[in-house]
This record gives sequence, structure tokens and C-alpha cells, in this order.
Amino acid sequence: MSGVYWMEAKMELRKMARLRQYSLSVVGFPLMFYVFFGLAMASQMTPGPISISKYLLATYGAFSVMGATLYAFGAGVAVERGLGWLEVKRASPMPAGAYLLAKMVVSVVFGALVVSLLFALGAIFGGVRMPAGQWLLLWVVLVSGAIPFGAIGLAIGSFAGPNSAPGTVNMIYLPLAFLGGLWMPIEVLPKMLRQIAPWLPSYHFGQIGLAILGAPTEGAIATHVEALVGFGLIFAGVAWMAQSREHVKMYG
Amino acid sequence: MSVAELRRVSKRYGEVEALRGIDLSLERGELLALLGPNGAGKTTAVRILLGLAAPTAGEAALFGHHPASQEAKMRRGALLQVAKVPETLKVREHVELFSSYYRNPLPIAETIAAAGLGGIENRLFGDLSGGQKQRVLFALAICGNPDLLFLDEPTVGLDVESRRTLWGHIRGFVKRGGSVLLTTHYLEEADALAHRVAVIDRGRIAAEGTPAEIKAQTGTSVLEDAFLAIMQENAEVMR
Repeated sequence: MSGVYWMEAKMELRKMARLRQYSLSVVGFPLMFYVFFGLAMASQMTPGPISISKYLLATYGAFSVMGATLYAFGAGVAVERGLGWLEVKRASPMPAGAYLLAKMVVSVVFGALVVSLLFALGAIFGGVRMPAGQWLLLWVVLVSGAIPFGAIGLAIGSFAGPNSAPGTVNMIYLPLAFLGGLWMPIEVLPKMLRQIAPWLPSYHFGQIGLAILGAPTEGAIATHVEALVGFGLIFAGVAWMAQSREHVKMYG
Repeated sequence: MSVAELRRVSKRYGEVEALRGIDLSLERGELLALLGPNGAGKTTAVRILLGLAAPTAGEAALFGHHPASQEAKMRRGALLQVAKVPETLKVREHVELFSSYYRNPLPIAETIAAAGLGGIENRLFGDLSGGQKQRVLFALAICGNPDLLFLDEPTVGLDVESRRTLWGHIRGFVKRGGSVLLTTHYLEEADALAHRVAVIDRGRIAAEGTPAEIKAQTGTSVLEDAFLAIMQENAEVMR
């Protein structure tokens, strides 16, 4: 039976890789931002304790994984649920777990790809240097972000309408990134906006990456990890409730 | 033993009674056409038999199993009305994926041939014509080598040639011993394919029999006239 899971993941990867609006934007935007702000404008920035090229590896890395995951789950599930394809799959003997696992594989593979490319840009053109263990730890932490954000994406996909889903994801994803301090350091934001940050999963995700790099962070790293796990569990619960509500409609 | 069965099944959506105590059974090797005007309850009956909707009262079974059980799913295939199929997978990839869900699927090449997809198996789904797309959905329904096929308005929106081609593939499936539950708006389609016809109106079975019997009952020579006569008669009874 494990063949089904592998096949579902393989086909989902091919499907999403060929879907330009997914693969190009998910890979292209973070890299473009990094080239502009992390490399081209690096010399214009006030040097903090670590270079801006290094700092942005953590926050744009977090931004990349969030994007790859929220679109794969949020937009993907909303469209397939809303336009009848999920029903065709449900009528077939496909194990339900294969569907979710395939979306997670896509998120992890695309997240890992963008993070790796960001790292390469930083090391080659941004002069970022750190011990191998630190590179590896940051990479693993960033890519693992697909797990809590997958749950958030699934919750979005359970409620968003099929035609408005990509817009809905943008309306959540972009403010999350900005207010969570992933586009520019959180210290730069006005005080009022800064107070919202602790309520956002993106903020905690960014802070964990920054802590690994030795950049100044707010609060203990354990708190941020706990917060992220908490968000993941809450939204997994929301998605599960939405799913069982639909299930009651189906099987009563 | 019947292949698919509804026993005194009712389905209520809020105020609306979609089905009012329907009995229906499909025998092995039979093609049963479910006819009826829009909103009569055809799709609801199919959804209940597929385990996608639960009856408010009554029972549904496929091969004696619950319609949503894995045992039932393994022995059936379904062509449903779907607004959007993933467009960036190739025909062959769609077939390979659905074949992997089943224990004893047909060889990929056999499915491709039985659905008339030879020569286009490496095209992306999004690049296909309407008739070709329906044939892919038909391929996904038969790839698991099922004993029972659900076809929910399989030829809607197709031109005459594509419709006739799909009819040929449906006949092929029945000839190999399969059973089919077909819902359609095209009475000509039911007349051409069905061994037996059940007309649903307002959630009840209004008439049932072979196409010839139905025509004889109403003294008409075309199924479409018989259908209209039944609808009219039923409307008078309801009044």
C-alpha cells in the first residue's frame, strides 16, 4: 500500500512544478527580494551585529517556506474541494492520508529548494560565512516550518472559496510576513504594529531563525518554538473540525 | 444478489426532500439508466450509493458493503461531474495515479485503449478537447478493473461524434461483464444503452422497466415522448 503514498506524492510534485503560477512565484519572489534587499542594497543598510545579507537569510527563508506551504495547502485544497476534484478522489479508494502527505511533500520540497538557493546566493554573493552546523541547523528549522504552516494552510483551504482562494491566501500570507518582521526587521516597525507580532506564527518562525544566527531576538527561543507548535495544533484542530463537519454532511 | 441497492432511502436537505423512500437495485451485468428532470434526485441517489452523502432514512449497499467502505470502493469506479480536473498532469499520469489506488488494476495500456486515449496519453489534461477530457474521466473510472461503474451525465456537453465514441466504450465495459448505473438527460442515450430505465420525479420512482416496456406503457414509440407522458401523469397524480 505504501506505493500509493509514493505515487500520490510524485504526481503532486509534477503537477505543482508544471503549474507556473505556483512554482515560479513561490521560488521567484523570495529570491528576487533577497537579491534586491539582501545583496544589492546591503551596503546602504546600517550594519547591525550581523550583516543584512545574513539576517535576511533567516527571515526570507521563513517567508519562502510559508509561501510554498500556504499556497500548496490553502489554494490547492480550496480549489480541489470547491470544484469537485476532491469528491472524485473521495469516491475512489485513495487513502485520505495520501492526499495530505502529498501536499506536505510538495511544501517541503519547494521550501527546501528556495531555502537552499537563498543560502547559495548569501554564501556566494553576500559573503555570508558560518560553521557548517549552523547552516544545517538553520536549513532544518526553516524547512520544518512546513509542518505548522501546512496546518494553517489546510485550515484556510477548508474555508476559502475555490475561485477566491489564491487571493485569500495572499491576504493572509503577505500581512503575516510584513507584521511578523520577515520583510524588514521587527524593530523598524512602529510600536503599535510591533505589539501585534507575538500573536502571529510568522513572527515566532522568524525569531527562531534569527536566534540561530545570533541576531538580537525578543524572548527565549523555547517560547517561540512552543508558540509555533501551539499555532500548528490549533489550526490542525480547526481543519479537523471543518473536515468532520463536512463528514457529517456526507455520512451523517 | 444485487450489485447496488437502495432500500427505502430518503434524503432531506433542510426543507427540501430530495428522495422520498426510494427502492432501487442493480443486477450484475445490467446497465440501469436513471432518468428524471433537474432536481428530481438522480444525483442524490448516486451520491448516496457512492458514500458521498448519507441517507436521512433507509439503507444503501454495494456488494453488501457500506458504500463508503474500502471494500465497496475497490470494486467500483465513478465518472462524476467535476468543474475542474488538475490540468498539469498528463493523461497517462492521471491513469497511473488512479490505478495505484486499486488492488488489481487493469494494465495501463489496456485502460488507455479501452477509453480510446491511444496517441494522446502524453498530452497534458489541460490541452485536451471536451470529448477527450470525458474519456480521461472514463479511464479513471474503469482503470481499477471495477465490477460496477457509476456514470453521472457522462456525455453532457459533448458533440455527437464524441458522445457516440464514449457510448462504444461504455458498451465495451458492459460486454466484459460490468454493471453500470448511468444518469443522463439524453433519453436517446438511455434508449441506446440501457437494459432497464428508472424514471425519478420529485424524489420518487415514477416508472421503471425496459425502454420497450416504458414506451409500451405510455403508447409512444420514442423514449422521449414516453418520458414526457410520465412526467405529465405524475404531475396530475401529485396534484
